[in-house]
Amino acid sequence: MTHQAYAYYPGCSLSSTAREYDVSTRKVFEALGLELRELEDWSCCGASAAKGINHLLGLALPGRVIQQAEEANLPLTTPCPECYSRLRFAAYEMKDEATRKQVSQVLETEIKNTGAIEPTLKIIWQYDGDLRIKKPLTGLKAVAYYGCLFVRPKDVAAFDDQEDPRSMDDIVTRLGVEMLDWGFKTECCGAYLSVPKPEIVYRLVYRILKGAKQAGADCVVVACPLCQANLDTRQKAIEERYRVHFDLPIIYFTQLMGLAMGFSAQELLLDKHLTDPLPLLRGKGLA
Amino acid sequence: MARIGIFLCHCGTNIAGVVNISQVREAVKDIPQVVLVEESKYMCSEMGQGGIREAIEKNKLDRVIISACSPRMHENTFRKTVADAGLNPYLLEIANVREQDSWVHADDKEAATEKAIALTRTAVAKALLNQPLTPKRVGLTKRALVIGGGIAGIQAALDIANAGHPVVLVEREPTIGGRMAQLDKTFPTLDCSSCILTPRMVEANQHPNITIFTYSEVMSVSGFVGNFKVQIRQKARHVDSVKCTGCGICWQKCPDLVPSEFDTGLGGRKIIYVPFAQAIPNVPVIDMPNCRYVKHLEAAKEGKKLPPCRICEKLCPTGAIDWEQEDQVLTEDFGAIVVATGFKPFDYGRYTEFGAGKYPDVIGLLQLERLLSASGPTNGELKRPSDGAHPKTVVFLSCIGSRDERMGKPYCSKVCCMVMAKQAILLKDHDPEIQPYVFYIDVRAGGKDYEEFYQRSQREQGVLWLRGRVSKLYQDNGKVIVMGEDSLMGRPVEIAADLVVMATGMEANDGAVDLAQTLHISYDTHGFMVEAHPKLRPLETNTDGIFLAGTVSGPRDIPETVAQGSGVAAKVLGLFSKDELATDPTVAYVDAMRCTGCFLCAEVCPYGAIDKEPSRDGRLLAKVNESLCKGCGLCVAGCRGNCINLRGFTNQQVIEEIMALCR
Amino acid sequence: MSLDYEPRIIGFLCNWCAFAGADLAGTTRTGYPSNIRIIRVPCSGRVDPLLILKAYQQGADAVLIAGCHPGDCHYVQGNYFARRRFALLRQFLDYLGIEKERLRLEWVSASEGRKFARLVKEMTEEVSRLGPRKDTVRRPVKVATE
Repeated sequence: MTHQAYAYYPGCSLSSTAREYDVSTRKVFEALGLELRELEDWSCCGASAAKGINHLLGLALPGRVIQQAEEANLPLTTPCPECYSRLRFAAYEMKDEATRKQVSQVLETEIKNTGAIEPTLKIIWQYDGDLRIKKPLTGLKAVAYYGCLFVRPKDVAAFDDQEDPRSMDDIVTRLGVEMLDWGFKTECCGAYLSVPKPEIVYRLVYRILKGAKQAGADCVVVACPLCQANLDTRQKAIEERYRVHFDLPIIYFTQLMGLAMGFSAQELLLDKHLTDPLPLLRGKGLA
Repeated sequence: MARIGIFLCHCGTNIAGVVNISQVREAVKDIPQVVLVEESKYMCSEMGQGGIREAIEKNKLDRVIISACSPRMHENTFRKTVADAGLNPYLLEIANVREQDSWVHADDKEAATEKAIALTRTAVAKALLNQPLTPKRVGLTKRALVIGGGIAGIQAALDIANAGHPVVLVEREPTIGGRMAQLDKTFPTLDCSSCILTPRMVEANQHPNITIFTYSEVMSVSGFVGNFKVQIRQKARHVDSVKCTGCGICWQKCPDLVPSEFDTGLGGRKIIYVPFAQAIPNVPVIDMPNCRYVKHLEAAKEGKKLPPCRICEKLCPTGAIDWEQEDQVLTEDFGAIVVATGFKPFDYGRYTEFGAGKYPDVIGLLQLERLLSASGPTNGELKRPSDGAHPKTVVFLSCIGSRDERMGKPYCSKVCCMVMAKQAILLKDHDPEIQPYVFYIDVRAGGKDYEEFYQRSQREQGVLWLRGRVSKLYQDNGKVIVMGEDSLMGRPVEIAADLVVMATGMEANDGAVDLAQTLHISYDTHGFMVEAHPKLRPLETNTDGIFLAGTVSGPRDIPETVAQGSGVAAKVLGLFSKDELATDPTVAYVDAMRCTGCFLCAEVCPYGAIDKEPSRDGRLLAKVNESLCKGCGLCVAGCRGNCINLRGFTNQQVIEEIMALCR
Repeated sequence: MSLDYEPRIIGFLCNWCAFAGADLAGTTRTGYPSNIRIIRVPCSGRVDPLLILKAYQQGADAVLIAGCHPGDCHYVQGNYFARRRFALLRQFLDYLGIEKERLRLEWVSASEGRKFARLVKEMTEEVSRLGPRKDTVRRPVKVATE
């Protein structure tokens, strides 16, 4: 197999609240023989406030990241759907020659805008070699929750079916997990309203978790730090508010891959989640 | 010296509103050999045609140019006109200044006028080289082939047969009846579908002039109008239809059950089966891949043992089971072909936001039809597929695979709104406690008594029609949650449904494109076959002698389909009223002085119309068999030495056209 | 190039599909540039390469051959012959100093009026961009029709 290297852009979430996603992604890529070279001087993707305040700034920030990857002459990848979305949006808008020149001017350097931008999820999905599984995760039932940004908008971001994506299901099925069908794969988790309208978020997350529970899942597999945070951190409050009992660990697909590849739960920071996955994994003899 | 007459048609304002006719007249009147230029408001009218006839006679014209609509529209009309005035009809040329000029260049009158002049000049240049041609006359086989045994095909077959001509009805399935046999009731009268269809099926079966081949397909078609040769493959039923009495012991005793195609997968059928009780012919077929005996034989080849079954064979009182039966290929002669192969419902599983076909209580229109039918898998008791419970809240989603660019189906399927209204009313009949909801984009109720029927569903039956699309369905605790929008109220709606019905649109049937290619007739991007003219020749194709009826050419309801069935019968009978047909004389001919006998022409000829004929010095030269030649001109383009030419489209004529157009 | 350059395009349209498609563009009033001049032929396979060269010789700026889609030929296989001849002739155009863009072979069915209109528009724009022919064009000699 040929050695493939990528310019790796972790983004802010993966260096703070979602460290476990970053750690597990790096471990999985290494185990698969795919090299991730972190960009040396990366900065914000513009997902937070920038794009709402100033459109050009919202393009220049991801533009800077794209330009760095061009300098490294490597395809650009990121695990975070927010970052992915912003990068793709910038690349999409820079197909317009005037916009590309304008962004280049702001950054005081020429952006060619010709390189590939792929999420780590897609790279792993299309990886056709051996997944180096040492310990299949048999006995575990899960649903895959993709969130909104990996599939929308179609022309900008989608690499999978918009309404019924398969990528994470396919990967995790290969690990030996029984992936269940359910109706909330791409439903909104409300992350954007976390601060201004938490009551809406409660309702949305409640519906997603209820759907997962009804489908018969032991846990929810995710690929987005915001989805993970929302579904994990609010779970306790939701259980109290709606008088239900979910106890559904929200696990990154890369953590499950790592576990199947033989890394320990601690190495994969599986002990960092608020809804503790360890009792479930131990119960199934998987950790 | 020729005597050319040019006739400029105004076509009301269709041409004259764009093209400056007097400018055209000025430009063409001084072309050498033109002796007359005339105008008419409508050249195709009786007065217009009379004018042409009179002018020919009075001015002794020997070439006629008509500058008007497309030759595909009125070439035959005008050929007849000039023939009536004693002129050979092939001395006529038409300049297409409507479809290919005034209608497409309406925004640039100057350019349109210039083009009209060029096209008229070109027609003159070509016409000068026209030769008088005489059609040959050939006999015809007064026997019709009807492909497709649904209501359209049955109607066409009956009407042709009743007029005294033999008909062969070919149906792919083991029985005739088609989609209509699957329906419970029909809108807007709520007639029982099978009660009105079955008598027709029986009539066709018993008709002395009708031969029915079920479980059969058309393999190849050759020949031409009046003289088609068709190969039909009769698939092996593995039941001798002569010995079989249709007693039904075999299918009662057959031990295995698989999903029934007729019941859209909701019920089961045996391995030896007739699709439904009133099937015609009442002779079962054996579904070989699923048969225990076949599996036993397969296993035996690999040295494994599986019990043979052969119960049907043991119990059959007449010994009709025939394991050795093979497909049979019949070659038959026909004078006309009716294509009535129908539609198939859109596969709603392509809508991933609605569960991709994985939610058991999300079904299509045809499934609900079977669930409502007394002959259906539940004997007419409305039970939903997942748990057999009686649904109380039923939601219909309109335009599934219709009016949806995303699915590549921009067209309206025309009947689904009315089917939803009908099914909602039938649901209320079954159980007044049921509350039907219908999400629609627009309600299309065009047809006799249709609007009234739709209104009745609202006013008398309390069906709730909500204008808006549904964004998502998901399963929740035995319900299907419908998340939609009521765009009239301007707010989102959520309904917890027991059953969701997808109003699946009509798609071209499986194999429609293959059949169209076998028949050499046109089809559109959706696989529907194309009429010769969308308004004026809706039943004909571009190939003489091949006709279309029913949903094969686009979505239609039953009354329209039946009307088309009778319509094509009239077309076929019109054809059969003649004892011989004139063949097109625009065929190829060989210049024996130049032919070297290389026979490249024979290699490219799709019809084997090139004969080898010895010349006086014994060399073999090409000769065109005029009754086989179709006038495609492939040989002309293939000939190295310019020795073969096509009447009506000779090389010299095309060159004259090029030169006139490049001026 | 000057804006008032109006290219002349000769179209050879088969009677069964493309000519009917062009008629449909008319019936549905789908407009297109008037630069195309249409010649009706029974089949795209009837178009002898010499006829195409004749058009260039007479000063045509471009030639369009349009027939039925593959598999749909009214005469079974005529469009396949057209396609083979087109592939060969296209190679030869370079030699004549005629840009390849000046010859197109397209499939237009009887139901594709809009496609035909789009095609003519595209081709007119493309040939306008190319400008007048750069090979030595003998401007058409006036041919008397006597």
